[in-house]
Amino acid sequence: MNTTRGFTGRPRVADPGLPPGQYDAGDDWPVLSAEVTPELAPADWTFRVDGLVAEPRTWDWEEAHRLPPSAYEGAIHCVTSWSKFGVRFAGVSLDAFLDVVRPHESATHAVAYSHTGYTASLPLADLTGGRAWIAWECDGRPLAPEHGGPARLVVPHLYFWKSAKWIAGLRILDHDEPGFWEKNGYHERGNPWEEQRYSGD
Amino acid sequence: MTGTFVPPTRFAVPGRIAVSEQAASQWQTATVTEIRRETPRAATFRLAVPGWPGHLPGQHLMVRLTAEDGYAAQRHYSIASAPDDSGHVELTLDHVEGGEVSGWFHTVARPGDRLEVRGPVSGFFAWPGDRPALLVGAGSGVVPLMSMIRHHRARNLTVPLRLLVSARSPEELVYAREFGAETTSVFTRSAPAGTAVGRMAAAHVAPLLAEQPPGGWEAYVCGSNSFAEHASRLLVTAGQPVDRIRIERFG
Repeated sequence: MNTTRGFTGRPRVADPGLPPGQYDAGDDWPVLSAEVTPELAPADWTFRVDGLVAEPRTWDWEEAHRLPPSAYEGAIHCVTSWSKFGVRFAGVSLDAFLDVVRPHESATHAVAYSHTGYTASLPLADLTGGRAWIAWECDGRPLAPEHGGPARLVVPHLYFWKSAKWIAGLRILDHDEPGFWEKNGYHERGNPWEEQRYSGD
Repeated sequence: MTGTFVPPTRFAVPGRIAVSEQAASQWQTATVTEIRRETPRAATFRLAVPGWPGHLPGQHLMVRLTAEDGYAAQRHYSIASAPDDSGHVELTLDHVEGGEVSGWFHTVARPGDRLEVRGPVSGFFAWPGDRPALLVGAGSGVVPLMSMIRHHRARNLTVPLRLLVSARSPEELVYAREFGAETTSVFTRSAPAGTAVGRMAAAHVAPLLAEQPPGGWEAYVCGSNSFAEHASRLLVTAGQPVDRIRIERFG
């Protein structure tokens, strides 16, 4: 262990919800996105799922809101080392969308893409089974544009760069296709509990 | 299904360079060799990293400090120095109130201290010096932009480079002594006599965008989120294409 002289760090509170290498950001919710925040009205928002599916489909704002509501309450983890607890996202489970389009048996991965052109790659298994959402509310209020509003993907068990803001769609694939940060050196899966930050971790 | 999927959008901004997987994932020991005060709140920490693989201006690294009981804290920091084959990198850090890592750097660190780094990471904000660059920063957001200016000077590059930088006051303008004709400073709280005080505005951006170099500007915006939002909107309103704006936000 390479200790740093004189470094003590914050007082330690054993928190089983905090993955290794993360700190609790408290009330802060830092904004990290590499591009200009788009001006995207709910009326102009659409969400498409296509690729290796039986029935490709595009939902608009009203249609997406007619799907059964689903919420997530818990922690989110950013690769830059902050975590945030007790965040409440409301929207629709991704399962509700995937049940309609019916991915082929050969489907293994997805590219999530944004109305800005941002992309993130995800194993399909990380998007199903009640572990991923399309969310339009946070803590009871419409999701702010800088946090991905009107709607973003939320995959809270992975580092948050996977939770594409301003989500526009999913392309279902039979292989892993690196997205924006994966091409820029980040890990293909991004599990915070295994500290999968960079490619090769 | 083969071929890369390209989303149907006009906004997509591609990364600039590929990042070495090995460099990004391997922790290395760094030794503090020099500490230079820049402003009352900011100081530059020069680190010797013997196995440093090299970087491009605009990239960042991850620092890890480890306590006696094994507790470790890690943070991303932009690299301030230009590419340098001497195995050294420099970081310029604000002393963040209550910051456990910046606090250690500012109150404990001295030459000879060792810590761990890995990187460089992220190829998105990198600037190899190949395209005309319009740099817009505020506060410590000027750090990766300074790496670009130093690179430009060290290599005698002729590609156009401009910096629009905002600080609260001349005393808080990091690297003030190093700026030259490429730089326009904006002061938000206090300024020398004869200089206006106020927020960065369309009038600051307009002359830079009027001066379009061949191929147009690639804009690099760095600062707090509120500054990044404000500055990127000014650029878009002034006509800078959205897909030629790269943003690095400090939370």
